[in-house]
Amino acid sequence: MSRISNKLDTGRLASVLKAFIRHRLFIPIAFLAFLLLINVFINPSFLRISLGRDNTGNPVLIGNLINILNNATELVILAIGMTLVTASSRGQDISVGATVVIVGGVIMRVLCGNETQPTVLHAPVIVALLLGCLAGMACGVFNGILVAKFNIQPMVATLILFTAGRSIGSMAMGGLKPKAASSFGYYGNFIPGFPIPTPILITIAVVAVTYLALKKTNLGLYTRAVGINDKSSSLNGLGPARIKLMTFVILGLCVGIAGFVQSSRVQTVNPYTIVPSIEMDVILAVALGGNSLGGGKFNMVGSIIGAYTIQTLTSMLTTLNVNTNAVPVFKAVIIIMLVAIQTPIVKSFFGNKATFSKLTAGDGKERG
Amino acid sequence: MRDTVLTMRGICKNFPGVRALQNVDFTLYEGEIHALMGENGAGKSTLIKVLTGVYSKDAGEIFMKGISKPVHIKSPQEAQNLGISTVYQEITLCPNLTVAENLFIGRTNDLFVNWKERNNRAESILGGLGIPAKPTQQLSNCSIAVQQMVAITRAVDMDCKVLILDEPTSSLDEQEVAKLFTLMRELGGRGVGIIFVTHFLDQVYELCDRITVLRGGELVGEYQIKDLPRVELVAKMMGKELGDLADIHNEAQPDSGDSKEVIIETEGLSSISGIKPFNFNAYKGEVTGFAGLLGSGRSECVRAIFGADKVMKGKLRIKGEYVNITAPIKAMKKGIGYLSEDRKRDGIIGDLSVRENIILALQVMRGFFRPFTKAQAQAFADEYISLLGIKTASADTPINSLSGGNQQKVILARWLLTHPEYLILDEPTRGIDIGTKVEIQKLVLKLAAEGMSITFISSEIDEMLRTCSRLVIMRDLYVVGELKGDDMTQDKIMYTIAGGVSQNVQNQ
Repeated sequence: MSRISNKLDTGRLASVLKAFIRHRLFIPIAFLAFLLLINVFINPSFLRISLGRDNTGNPVLIGNLINILNNATELVILAIGMTLVTASSRGQDISVGATVVIVGGVIMRVLCGNETQPTVLHAPVIVALLLGCLAGMACGVFNGILVAKFNIQPMVATLILFTAGRSIGSMAMGGLKPKAASSFGYYGNFIPGFPIPTPILITIAVVAVTYLALKKTNLGLYTRAVGINDKSSSLNGLGPARIKLMTFVILGLCVGIAGFVQSSRVQTVNPYTIVPSIEMDVILAVALGGNSLGGGKFNMVGSIIGAYTIQTLTSMLTTLNVNTNAVPVFKAVIIIMLVAIQTPIVKSFFGNKATFSKLTAGDGKERG
Repeated sequence: MRDTVLTMRGICKNFPGVRALQNVDFTLYEGEIHALMGENGAGKSTLIKVLTGVYSKDAGEIFMKGISKPVHIKSPQEAQNLGISTVYQEITLCPNLTVAENLFIGRTNDLFVNWKERNNRAESILGGLGIPAKPTQQLSNCSIAVQQMVAITRAVDMDCKVLILDEPTSSLDEQEVAKLFTLMRELGGRGVGIIFVTHFLDQVYELCDRITVLRGGELVGEYQIKDLPRVELVAKMMGKELGDLADIHNEAQPDSGDSKEVIIETEGLSSISGIKPFNFNAYKGEVTGFAGLLGSGRSECVRAIFGADKVMKGKLRIKGEYVNITAPIKAMKKGIGYLSEDRKRDGIIGDLSVRENIILALQVMRGFFRPFTKAQAQAFADEYISLLGIKTASADTPINSLSGGNQQKVILARWLLTHPEYLILDEPTRGIDIGTKVEIQKLVLKLAAEGMSITFISSEIDEMLRTCSRLVIMRDLYVVGELKGDDMTQDKIMYTIAGGVSQNVQNQ
């Protein structure tokens, strides 16, 4: 009797394990866990988080994990928008790095006016945030109209702002490189007296809003439907062009928030050096999350995990003292391996193995 | 007796959990046209895919004329080298290449190509077969029918011994079908063995020499066409007696228009698609039909009513009230549903689940900020899966893994769920098995009896006669007549299509 129930238990455990292994989030999660494990191996105190004090004596949390969570903020926020754009338009927006600079430029101009080193903020931060978001959304409208109304391929359409964005950002600051008063730094660093980095709080807020939007609206259903088959969608009363445009505007909003965090980190924006090739990291995050870059179905949790994976990888390579110039090569090699694992060929190879073990285990559940 | 060109013996093919083919024999003689018949899931496609090397067989042998040993066909390329060519229902050519490029692509390994000579050769081949296409024309600019013919021409020109035509006629109109049949007979005369897969019984009896019937992956039998009356063929395919099919008839009396409530009225409606202004009324509880040849404007009329094509002129009244339909969503909110003609392109949302496909239209009507909960959606899906008998593993299954008939039922469920007052069904039975066809026809009559106004469009006149109580006849984008009651006969329809006077002329 006990032997039988024992057998059943292991069977159930095995099937739960199998279900987990087959889950589309398995590879992204496993890879992130693997990276963290390597880090722990290299540095046993990797996971330690301690309460320290910054140079003004305020309590702050210190630790590698905190750094990763903090630094991944822009990536996570942009990956959320990019996932929606990818799903609906079957292409990617490569202008997000450049438009972050536009947003940064606008914010700096609003906060600093025409001065280079103002001691007070020229406008409330909330005004800067709102105008920054508006600037990001305006870029989204521009890209979205090119893609949705003029049917230009997303990568080609967004090539325009990719090329011009950093210069536009520089022009927005009147060609200067102003540094805003230090109180603007709260949003990219710490709010005095509160130990958790503000960007992490902003990430939590953005993720929560995204969750609610996907739960409480038809954003997910509509973007997937349009990305999979826009002709059918329009005969079901959807407006594919409007939905594509909407996803670009949402990405624009994400750019606005990411640009706000980014410019707050050092309270200044260097148009030509900040967020270098972040657009590629964002697209990779989407791909690492198990999303098809060909659009249609998407997995938002996957993209977010993908963003943290990339940040972990970047931090790890820095910790390992890999030459800064060589970092992209290491990244590329690791990412190509990861993407290869998720291709249909490799998946079906493992799939066959799974079927084989299923048959030998006598599991009767089969598909017709 | 002529020589056999192809013999298949004891073919078996299993998929996990499904015996797709069990011990199937098939013999093809030189120069014969051999119909391969069976309902969906009978194993026709699997047999053909085994023959063309798409699937590997689990057991059995295949012999080709002139080869003493059994052949093992491992890829479509090998099948082609052996002289087995296939033309599928869906066009598998490259739409962005020209006709001539499509004829010759992938057939030589030459590094350099003399395109002038190629085009000339293409022109002579196309001319010889009477196909109205220029070699330098881009394929996507040709009609579906011409694309189909180019595909056949390509197969024929590759010196094939066995030509497989998988539902080649489902997108052709009658003239084109006639042209295709001439072509097939000529090929038969040259000694090509032709395997013809179709759902159209008429075409089988018009054209074929012998029939092989499959059911549930097993061979039912091989018959000379003259030994197998139609009724028996249908009975053998379905595995039961035919009574079911004969039962269906629309008993509803055609309506004169003054006693029942009018749902839809069009006044000189025309759209960007090029249809000429037409007047049309649909009454409560009535099944109307648009009949005409392919390209006569049947679909375009209903698309204009639904707002799927931009309306250029004319007015539309719904229950007596003038409405301005500029997009499908407006039509949907006024109680119109439209099941579109091309299921794959315009109907299903491939990767989405059955559940999401069912709720989509209703969800869109409900609005962006009011999504159904998963439980609500599941309840809707369960209700219609059982109501229509949709065969699916679960409501979570992606719709593109269902068979054609079941996909169509899902789309039907999608529109029934919106509880339309006026439902347009554009070719709802195309490419699906007889059993499902009958179910859909019965459902149409039942819905009409419950008070829904339905417009039913089909290429099969039989089906229209069975389900509709009034037919609008179209030719060359004009409405040329309307038939009801005793006037609704096959002959009258043909006559009207051929010689009816257009509505515009009548109105003047």
